Amino acid sequence: MPDTAWTPDQPIVSLKDVHKSFGELEVLRGVSIDVMKGEVICIIGPSGSGKSTLIRCINGLNDIQSGSITVEGLEVHDPKLDKLALRRKVGMVFQQYNLFPHKTALENIMMAPLKVLKEPKEEVAARARRLLAKVRLDGKEDSYPGELSGGQQQRVAIARSLAMNPDVMLFDEVTAALDPETVKEVLVTIKELAGDGMTCILVTHEMGFAREIADHIYFTDRGVIVEHGPPATFFKEAKDPRTKEFLSQIL
Amino acid sequence: MSARRPIPGLGAAPSTDLPVLLPFDRGKGRTPDIYLATRWLASLPPWTPLLILAVMLAWPLVAHAQGRYAYSDAFDALFRWMPFLVFEGFFFNILISFLAMAIGTVAGAALGLAQISLNPMLRRAAWFITQLFRNSPWLVLLFIVLLAFPFEIVIGGVIIPIPDWMKAVFGLSLPIMANISEVVRGAVQSVPTAQWEASESLAFTRRQTMWQIILPQCFKRMIPPWMNWYAILTMATPLCSLLGVEELITLSRQAMEGEDNHPELLVPFFGFALVIFFMYCYPIARATIWLERKYSVKL
Ligand SMILES: Nc1ncnc2c1ncn2[C@@H]1O[C@H](COP(=O)(O)OP(=O)(O)O)[C@@H](O)[C@H]1O
Ligand SMILES: [Mg+2]
Repeated sequence: MPDTAWTPDQPIVSLKDVHKSFGELEVLRGVSIDVMKGEVICIIGPSGSGKSTLIRCINGLNDIQSGSITVEGLEVHDPKLDKLALRRKVGMVFQQYNLFPHKTALENIMMAPLKVLKEPKEEVAARARRLLAKVRLDGKEDSYPGELSGGQQQRVAIARSLAMNPDVMLFDEVTAALDPETVKEVLVTIKELAGDGMTCILVTHEMGFAREIADHIYFTDRGVIVEHGPPATFFKEAKDPRTKEFLSQIL
Repeated sequence: MSARRPIPGLGAAPSTDLPVLLPFDRGKGRTPDIYLATRWLASLPPWTPLLILAVMLAWPLVAHAQGRYAYSDAFDALFRWMPFLVFEGFFFNILISFLAMAIGTVAGAALGLAQISLNPMLRRAAWFITQLFRNSPWLVLLFIVLLAFPFEIVIGGVIIPIPDWMKAVFGLSLPIMANISEVVRGAVQSVPTAQWEASESLAFTRRQTMWQIILPQCFKRMIPPWMNWYAILTMATPLCSLLGVEELITLSRQAMEGEDNHPELLVPFFGFALVIFFMYCYPIARATIWLERKYSVKL
């Protein structure tokens, strides 16, 4: 690819002074984040502070008003950008799983590699089975999403994203809709993924989890990054009163 | 990939939480109830034809005294004409309904997809065409087509005649097209937008998303309204007799003329038409309402 002058020593995802409004409502007011390959980034903050919007901008589900976002050197909001090329690099997992209800678990995973990447069926099927085993759902190949628990659906959704062999994974509060018992099984899956070296950007309310796996934590409030740092310092030495208040409420 | 068993959340109740299909028509109350006629028909008892028959038999008692033409002669005439009325007349109504439905479905599906196109011009044009033909009286559309269309077209020196019945088919397919367009639009928009986003995130193109993710999910929901429009269309085919198309009603009138236009013929002949339409449309109406209930439960 000609315009990917990106090399692994540069940030794989880079946001520079990103501004985003929905009509009059300014949701992101100058956000800058750099993520290196293999890093795990957690974004925390109160509800409505623009975390989902931020993460959705990274794979071009939302457009932006100004600033720039690059993924492996691809300018995300360049009108000439091949959005499909970007989305092959970036996987996304949603709070509501959003599996395709008319397809079985295995078909959900196989669909995009078959139809989008046009890979041979046997290869895709083998990979899909491997991924299903990886998220500990072997035996659920032929179950429809409507027959799986929330936690199981979410793990299928993760496997579905992984089947595209993305370089970056986005997780938007993926455990927020789950029962407390099933939260753990999903977190374990993400943790293993991070351990394998996947670049992950997570929005989460699970502070213990963030502290455990994040390389860097960002705290957002009303469309700006108030404070950020590695977990060790972030949780102990938060300076900004907004951060302190948020942490005191949630911890 | 056909469903091997009922799909939870689409064809059967799911055993877990799942984003549900939104109500089919969020403008309920604002838009007219398309099932009105079908629901009424389906609510009739199955022995309605017997009732009609009873009325037909009892008619001379209430209507007029026995004239020189016996009422039983009228029934004899009806039985004589019956094969002709069914095979030449009613079957032609069915043929018209099939053709109009086929054209209307194909054109309506295209128009419905155009209504949700990303191209604003196309979207607006499709919306306008849909509203225009959906809200025009069917008879007006039939007459416009009849008058506006030439009775023959010439393609490369070959003269192709367009008989009136073909114009009638086309005229009836217009309101069907517009209503199917609304069915398709409503069904597609009843799929949660999160499905679009999930699909987009996996690098599906819009077209792939539509055909592989969205339409398979809402296809079933389109079946009851589609059947509904078919029942309505079939019941509307006698309108074609006003254009002189030789369908059941036209042929019934001709048959009565052949029997010297005795007034006693009216009730048996039109009663028969009523019964035969009922027997054809009633099962469709019942199935429509049954499916509509089945698919509209919150899955
Ligand atoms: N599509 C949209 N249209 C208009 N407003 C939106 C849209 N999406 C989000 N918002 C608004 O943007 C703000 C930030 O939302 P969101 O990014 O979802 O926050 P968070 O994920 O941190 O809870 C909220 O006030 C929300 O109402
Ligand atoms: Mg959110």
